[in-house]
Amino acid sequence: MTIIEAEIGKIYKVKYLNATGSLRQRLISFGILKGVEIKYLAHTNLKSNYEIQIGKITLALRKEEAQNIEVE
Amino acid sequence: MKKEIKIALVGQPNVGKTMLINAIGKASLHVGNFSGVTVEKEEIQFEYNDYIINVVDLPGTYMLSDYSIEERVTSNFLRDEQYDLILNIVDSTHLERNLQLTSELLQLDKKIIVALNMIDEADKENIEINSNYMSELLKVDCIKVSASTKQGLDQLLATIVKTYSLEKKEPKFVFSEDMEEEIRNIVQCLEQHQYPKSLSHRSLAIGLISQNNEIYKELHDKPIWIYIEPILLKAHQHIKIHHEEHLILDIMAMEYKAYIDGLLSLTVKVVKKEEKLTITQKIDKLLIHPLLGIPIFLFFMWGLFQLTFEIGSIPMDYIDAFFGYLGDTIGATIANDELRSLVVDGIIAGIGAVVLFVPNIMILYIGIALLESTGYMSRVAYLLDGFFHRFGLHGQSFIPLVTGFGCSIPAYMSARILKNDRDRLLTLFIIGFMSCGARLPVYVLFVGAFFAPEMAGNVLFAIYMGGALLGLVMAKILKMTAFKGESEPFVMEMPKYRMPSFMLIWHTVKTKTLMYLKKAGTFIAVASMLVWFGSNYPKNINLSTQYEQKIVKVQDEQQKTILENELNEKLLKQSYLGEMGQLLEPVFEPLGMDWKMAVALQTGLAAKEVVVSTLGVLYSLGGDVDEESSSLIQRLQENIPFASAVAFIIIMMTYLPCLAATIVFAREAGGKKYALYLFVFTSVVAYVLAFIGYHIALMF
Repeated sequence: MTIIEAEIGKIYKVKYLNATGSLRQRLISFGILKGVEIKYLAHTNLKSNYEIQIGKITLALRKEEAQNIEVE
Repeated sequence: MKKEIKIALVGQPNVGKTMLINAIGKASLHVGNFSGVTVEKEEIQFEYNDYIINVVDLPGTYMLSDYSIEERVTSNFLRDEQYDLILNIVDSTHLERNLQLTSELLQLDKKIIVALNMIDEADKENIEINSNYMSELLKVDCIKVSASTKQGLDQLLATIVKTYSLEKKEPKFVFSEDMEEEIRNIVQCLEQHQYPKSLSHRSLAIGLISQNNEIYKELHDKPIWIYIEPILLKAHQHIKIHHEEHLILDIMAMEYKAYIDGLLSLTVKVVKKEEKLTITQKIDKLLIHPLLGIPIFLFFMWGLFQLTFEIGSIPMDYIDAFFGYLGDTIGATIANDELRSLVVDGIIAGIGAVVLFVPNIMILYIGIALLESTGYMSRVAYLLDGFFHRFGLHGQSFIPLVTGFGCSIPAYMSARILKNDRDRLLTLFIIGFMSCGARLPVYVLFVGAFFAPEMAGNVLFAIYMGGALLGLVMAKILKMTAFKGESEPFVMEMPKYRMPSFMLIWHTVKTKTLMYLKKAGTFIAVASMLVWFGSNYPKNINLSTQYEQKIVKVQDEQQKTILENELNEKLLKQSYLGEMGQLLEPVFEPLGMDWKMAVALQTGLAAKEVVVSTLGVLYSLGGDVDEESSSLIQRLQENIPFASAVAFIIIMMTYLPCLAATIVFAREAGGKKYALYLFVFTSVVAYVLAFIGYHIALMF
């Protein structure tokens, strides 16, 4: 499943990144790599944006980008 | 002769770079780029013992890639420019992530110092760092510092000088054994063929393996390439098999992460407290609440404009009185009528009208600085992205747009955070609709003149919000027509909330206010003189004598006043400025504006502050001579109908930004033709809306 189907407050492991090019680079620069644990924190009112935590970093993503992070 | 040390200051965003460098530089600090026109990189210079230390503050970057323009500026500088050493600032509470950039910097083959900043916060969070051991392992000096408590600053300076004087050391960074083996193979090949050491052979090898474009370029055209290529190909195959990963980008990130994790496990001890929410998480529960988040943000903005008006108006009477007194005192010492008029009505009145609004502008700047330094700005971007995205904008467009409320120039430049050219252009085109600080005086003046005092703050808020909403609508229209296409991804860090540093805010506000005052003293003073000249010349002796004779004949005081007014009005009308205004009058007549308002708007193309001083000069010369209604507000009330005032405000909200901003806009957008587009776009919007606004206001 991807992050947007996940449950708020739970911790997941990254399975793979479905992004290429600059988006992939940006996600990686924030430490989103295969095997890393991420926590799903919150979403905005209309579920257009998502907030996740990797280590101590809190990251905001748009739905389109969050869908690229496959977790388990 | 003092020796100069040139330092490249590098760090990820939000590590307190600027604050640290302010703390080191102390009072001797000289901040370059005062005008704020090129904030690509700031240079700061100060003296330390026998050295002049020259710090180039590079834009914050997560990696040395070319994802955004900021990252490009930083990595190009590090590669191409001359400097003595890299000072890498890291946030001690976020070492794991911050050291990723450090890992990349260590491969550059330069002298480097790591400053473990915010060590006081790390202490509070029970993070114990053994910096000596870290230095030993990396073979790079790692110094604990804190910009806020000033801890470690002396040691940092001493280390800078020491590193400068000593020979370059090879930092120690160990990759996985497979990777190291491939590096060795390439290094061996380079050595065999005695390739010149433009960089150390190890750095070249790592650059090749990590697919660094520039290093490929360097080696690709050389004869040695035919020997390297097969080794490199094999190296990539081996590494990919070993890591079970096919992208070098991911592999390098994993390699860096593995080494950092190892390093941190040896040097950092975190005394874990029981799991509970951090302060940031607690605040976020409220501030980015799915339902309450946006109303809270709007409330903050509303409060800011209320304060701007309420508190800002307190010192205004004093400032006004001061310039009145100054004009009278200085005027009394000047015998020559014309010279006195130039000084009192031209220069002093012009500058006075601009200085009057310093308190308002300071409050607005404090508000924006608070928004920026507390970390709230990113939250708002997160909250608004969903909404913005519908209008074709990016959540991060919010940052340049809010900056636009301060001044359009830094706003245009901060639009660089948007990587996608279309998104950036779109944002650039609507920044002008966010009313800048220089327009505030005009609004304060007109709102004060035409609305009840208890309504003033609300009207001001409505003006700013109206401009912002209009910007969004325009964005949507542009997105559907001129800027069709894919949008940029939204991936943004939400930094920890920080107590704003008083010093940093004071510094920002002071710099900006001084900039405003400097502009008042130079540009606006000259513009005021030109306006004064344009409205006083050419003289018409015939007309003057004709009226003076009439005035002498009339006995009744009231009649006299009426005649004097007539004379002034006629004189002004036949002046250069009057001629110009009348030429423009047919264009502005459908908006209910007289030629004076038309002229004031034109002078606003040079700088928005000049609008107020122009109005001051035009209405004080041409108005009545009754001493009791001397204030500009009263004159405007007497001379301008309400509906025309509304049209005037609407044009102020929407037409072309000042000359300096337009130049920056053209540069950022990528060509002069864009300035023309902007002119046409804003003029059409301004005219149409002012026309509509005028006719609606007429109905009341």
